[in-house]
Amino acid sequence: MSERQGTTVIKGGRVVDATGERAADVLVQHGQILAVGPDLDGDAVIDAGGCIVAPGLVDLHSHLREPGKEEAETVETGARGAALGGYTAILAMPNTTPAIDSAGVVREVLELGASAPCDVHTSGAITVGRAGQQLAPMAEMAALGVRIFTDDGAGVQDNRLMRRAMEYASGLGVTLAQHCEDDALCGGGHMHEGAWSSRLGIPGQPAEAEELMVMRDIALARLTGARIHFQHLSTAGSVRMVAEAKAAGLLVTAEATPHHFTLTDACCASYDPVFKVNPPLRTDADVAAVKAALASGAIDAIATDHAPHTTEDKEQPFDEAPPGMLGLETALALALTELDLPIAQILALLSWRPAAILGIGHVHGGPVAEGAPANLCVIDPSATWVVDPVALASRSRNTPFAGRTLRGKVRHTLLHGEPVVLDGVAQR
Amino acid sequence: MKHLLSVDDLDGADRIDEVMRLTDAFVEVSARTIPRVPALRGKTVAWLFYEDSTRTRLSFETAAKRLSADTMNFSVSTSSVKKGESLRDTALTVEAMGVDAIVVRHGSAGAPHRIAQWVGATVINAGDGWHEHPTQALLDTYTIRDKLGGLAGRHIAIIGDIKHSRVARSDVLAFTAMGAEVTLVAPPTLLPPSLEGWPVRVSHNLDAVLPTVDVAYLLRMQRERMTEALLPSLREYTACYGLTTRRVDLMDDKAIVMHPGPMNRGVEISAEVADLPRSVIVDQVRNGVAVRMAVLYLLLGAGTDLVAPDQEPDRS
Amino acid sequence: MAERERRITPPYGGVFVPRTRVMDADDCNRAIWRMAHEIIERNHGLDTVHLVGLQTGGVPFAEKLAGALTAIDGTEVEVGSLDVAFYRDDIGLRPVLPEAVTDIPWELDGQVVVLCDDVLFTGRTIRAALNALNDYGRPRAIQLAVMIDRGHRELPIRPDYVGKNLPTRRDEVVDVATDGVDLGEMRK
Repeated sequence: MSERQGTTVIKGGRVVDATGERAADVLVQHGQILAVGPDLDGDAVIDAGGCIVAPGLVDLHSHLREPGKEEAETVETGARGAALGGYTAILAMPNTTPAIDSAGVVREVLELGASAPCDVHTSGAITVGRAGQQLAPMAEMAALGVRIFTDDGAGVQDNRLMRRAMEYASGLGVTLAQHCEDDALCGGGHMHEGAWSSRLGIPGQPAEAEELMVMRDIALARLTGARIHFQHLSTAGSVRMVAEAKAAGLLVTAEATPHHFTLTDACCASYDPVFKVNPPLRTDADVAAVKAALASGAIDAIATDHAPHTTEDKEQPFDEAPPGMLGLETALALALTELDLPIAQILALLSWRPAAILGIGHVHGGPVAEGAPANLCVIDPSATWVVDPVALASRSRNTPFAGRTLRGKVRHTLLHGEPVVLDGVAQR
Repeated sequence: MKHLLSVDDLDGADRIDEVMRLTDAFVEVSARTIPRVPALRGKTVAWLFYEDSTRTRLSFETAAKRLSADTMNFSVSTSSVKKGESLRDTALTVEAMGVDAIVVRHGSAGAPHRIAQWVGATVINAGDGWHEHPTQALLDTYTIRDKLGGLAGRHIAIIGDIKHSRVARSDVLAFTAMGAEVTLVAPPTLLPPSLEGWPVRVSHNLDAVLPTVDVAYLLRMQRERMTEALLPSLREYTACYGLTTRRVDLMDDKAIVMHPGPMNRGVEISAEVADLPRSVIVDQVRNGVAVRMAVLYLLLGAGTDLVAPDQEPDRS
Repeated sequence: MAERERRITPPYGGVFVPRTRVMDADDCNRAIWRMAHEIIERNHGLDTVHLVGLQTGGVPFAEKLAGALTAIDGTEVEVGSLDVAFYRDDIGLRPVLPEAVTDIPWELDGQVVVLCDDVLFTGRTIRAALNALNDYGRPRAIQLAVMIDRGHRELPIRPDYVGKNLPTRRDEVVDVATDGVDLGEMRK
């Protein structure tokens, strides 16, 4: 039996990872990288000519809707879209029905994800039913591997409860992630409060509704010494506070979504709820601040906040439709098209930094080197394509980028050595 | 112009003037022994009202009937909406009945815009959330033109709950397009959070504004605003912003008082002021029918977009 | 030629180019005086007679006719105006916006109305005018006076008083102005 049996070689690409950039073939066997270097041969050949070979992407923020809303998305369809988008690991958000707030639901989601074309991790709710009243059994969920706790979809409103959650989480070595939104100040708002909301007559929510909670949680991080991760930051003020907190040495990380660095509240003028999202699309100045923070590292990661909704749910008036937009299949291309950053920096935001936040750096996002798990994506950085909602793998169609021409396309994705996407086609 | 969703669809003073001239003709029609013309015979106009509004619906219905259009009422009770039919499905159902125009009233801003994206019929916005109420603005414009001879250079104060008012948003667009100066008078809690791009002045002092106005336009003050901590009490609102007999005396003799109705006598307007000759609130309602005839005729009958270049001349 | 006529005659937005002068100002005057005499004769005086000019070309014609009637008979004849835009059968096919507000300030019941228009062509405007008048009351009789009858009728309508019968081609255009009548066509 040849030592090379069952090998696959990714040929002709440029390897980009946290250690740098080099032209190299990558040889894969039994889920692991066997060799990285020039002129390698294997049983199967995957063409990477003109492409970037990188560690698979990691998403910190996916709504997979299962259990409870399978008509919008399932773990399987969400994971397939993720694989097509270059992701090898995603983190499911807990706002399902029932909420992921107990070991039972955690187990269910992990089982659903076991056969998916992408590693599915799940977050757990901070509070029971995400109701913000009582702490969820975090230790029980942490024992099953849950590393991030969040009530995403809502922020924890009660100051005292949030303090207790942070203290408790620090004892478990897990991270709390916060959806920053002060409910009282949002007061039924459906878009960013400002010139556009005033003109359109849509109730708004001010930037300060987000910033107040960022400010509070920074204060609580200082008080408790706990680790806090800020989800989908969208305002210039939030970004500034997070940068200052980092400079002060607090254990603070943050993510931003592709839509918050590409779209503004002006999009809402069409009254199409495909542009409705929480936190809402903000102003040009906020978009510029988010982009600058991605460049400076003040924001650690790009997360999709992939939030599928059925067409019927979005065929309602703006204020009656649910917030959220698709993201997994467009995130990388939006980053490559819209961010004026070196490719290694973009991949850091999409792969190894989120992997570190999620605590899975040993499996995903690590350097492309001999002995490492073969979780890889092959990206054609110059291919252009037009976003077609019908062509997406998601069960839902609510992408705000329909018709947009993007640059950068995922050609292949390898999950534990298995090609789950080949030439842009999902293999399972 | 296919739809009337916003005053902006009229694209400025010329088109608004056209509606005004057309309204003159329909005011004459309305004064006849038989106030009906066959202009829209064979056309069907449907009401899709998600909010109760007897007066607006009656006004549109009278207008359509005086144009000989057929009408049908697709009144949507809030409960049946809650049963889950999407806005699109409801709109397509109405259209499938073979209507030429759908007049939409909805509690959500932009609902008529969405419907216009889905159906082939003409859509007329009869009020959407806090956003716009374009036919109200046109009837207000017509009433001011009728009473004061025109809007250019006139000073119009819009007083009250601007923030939640679709009437205010449409009126600001129409009045300023016609060359009037507009001052919004309200406590800061009842103003939109941003007035960027609004060609208006703002005042929190009604007494200081009244001596220079040609029109005092009062908005309805809704009681539920008290529970949202926007105002301490109705009493305090009336004390600061109510049009009382004392305040009316600050106004020029020829200045008029307007209100979109229904009035809260004793809150934004005192009972005595509402009955003064300078209060033209009944004229507004009367002109509403003629203005809506003009809008329906312009959208459904005038055929300005339908001219076939090779058509046989039909001169007689 | 009236603005509306110009707007709705192909080629749209063209200009009228005269070819032949059909009547000069004196011819027009003589025709108006003759028609005035005929109106008085036919109605045994002017007691119940009202003139209604059709917007827009018929209104100056009606006023001239009224002037002649008053000069001959010594009685003041009232002139109203009627815009038939809302009664036309081609609404929705072409731009049909009223030119002016209709002004008929009297009771029509039992009265004689002489409809006045500058050019009689297909007869469709007169059909619309007859319907419109119905909404104002029930006149004892409606008569029709036109400056030019150019033929090509599409409805069973004939004038009672005619300034001049003018044979034309369908694609020609007749322009009745204050200083005379021209035959020509529209050009872009």
